[in-house]
Amino acid sequence: MLTIKNLHKKFGKLKVLDGVSFDIPTSGTVAVLGPNGSGKTTIMKCVLGMVIPNDGDITLNDTSILKQWDYRREIGYLPQIAQFPDNLSVQELINMIKDLRSVPANELELIELFELHPFLSKKLSNLSGGTKQKVNIVLTFMFDCPLYILDEPTAGLDPISMIRLKELIDKEKKKNKTIIITTHIMSLVEELADEIFFLLDGKIHFRGPVDQLKKETKQEDLEHAIANILTND
Amino acid sequence: MIKILKYSFYDLIRSRWSYVYLLFYLVIGFALLFLNNNLSKAIITLMNVVVVLVPMIGTIFGVMYYYSSREFTELLLAQPIKRRTIFLGQYLGIAMSLSFSLLVGLGIPFLAYGLMQSSEIWNFGLLLVVGTFLTFIFVALAFAISLRNENKIKGFGYGILLWLFMAVIYDGLFLILLVTFDDYPLDKYTLVASFLNPIDLSRILILLKLDISALLGYTGALFQQYFGSGVGMVMSLGSLVLWTVIPMWMIARRSGKKDF
Repeated sequence: MLTIKNLHKKFGKLKVLDGVSFDIPTSGTVAVLGPNGSGKTTIMKCVLGMVIPNDGDITLNDTSILKQWDYRREIGYLPQIAQFPDNLSVQELINMIKDLRSVPANELELIELFELHPFLSKKLSNLSGGTKQKVNIVLTFMFDCPLYILDEPTAGLDPISMIRLKELIDKEKKKNKTIIITTHIMSLVEELADEIFFLLDGKIHFRGPVDQLKKETKQEDLEHAIANILTND
Repeated sequence: MIKILKYSFYDLIRSRWSYVYLLFYLVIGFALLFLNNNLSKAIITLMNVVVVLVPMIGTIFGVMYYYSSREFTELLLAQPIKRRTIFLGQYLGIAMSLSFSLLVGLGIPFLAYGLMQSSEIWNFGLLLVVGTFLTFIFVALAFAISLRNENKIKGFGYGILLWLFMAVIYDGLFLILLVTFDDYPLDKYTLVASFLNPIDLSRILILLKLDISALLGYTGALFQQYFGSGVGMVMSLGSLVLWTVIPMWMIARRSGKKDF
């Protein structure tokens, strides 16, 4: 479904992506892992067209997405840090995004799920970090997209909301959707990911299912397996 | 584009600063009219206010809006919308809401004074046209500058410097050059130079229409001499259009290349 070919990106002198290539199959959950600053967010932003790569190509369903915009209909994106216009209320923001996309949305169900009703008329600037993240999740999942890109989806969430998010992701997975996740929470990866992409020094260092990573590094749990990759180099 | 424009426009119209700006024009409009008791004089005084103040407010609002709406912009960038549409939509939203404040703020006092029965209506109309042009020009320049500078303070600084240069320094430099190279024929050079500053251009345009040769100054007089009032006005209006279109084109170009 999504193919990334030889992607390069430099920010000034800092080389973030140095020839990343991979393809993500239709349906399934992929976890993009890597140490801080390894370029996880940059890859996601390249796919979204927010960061423009220096070299390489990205194709979605066999058409290049570089310099295109309409393909973003197919993507639900959950940004890392929930940043919203401060002077809007939650309801206004949801309505605005619905209006901009002009496709049907099932926001009511999600508002119910994350118990956002009491906050609908509150200004976004007055919300706590976790509540903002819930709004963020609603905005991402309210449209029916074949591809979801989730950058640190659990940031600031309480345990109950985290369980609900996992259920939500599971539900989308069962509908044969593709989900790309970056996170530092390994339990989430173990529970959800079919495949892991491990990014290091701007390249894909490891690719395969969780079990294979554990086997290769001879570690019992994922956290130690990851630490093993990092210390062996 | 219309949707983005609509959201930016309403966002600004709801903000306190739009009302302050509107109120300022209302107050100054009424004050000038009832103190001068003369439409023509009020228009001349207003011209001097408009050609300096409108670019300044345009620059400040443009830069401030760009930086304060960065979160909003990032949200939009992940939606199926063209980048150019996002930035041009926001730009038009600000420019239109500022122009709205200007038109309503000055329009009400002049209408109340009985502008409609006066022969000054065309001169006043031109003042509003020029004010609107200056708003569109300087908001576009401010947006183009902000798009090039990640750092808010730098963007703000460059914006204000540009305004200061066009509104104040340009005239001074111009005069110094004229005095220094007094012995040379400087007509054509002067003429070209006045096209390079939208503030000067606006001033000349209004003065040509008002037909007050005493206030025209050196460049204005040259304009009149070279083109006559009619052609001079068309020329200067034309270059104001260019001054609007070129920064808009810069916004469109830069917005396609930037990383967010």
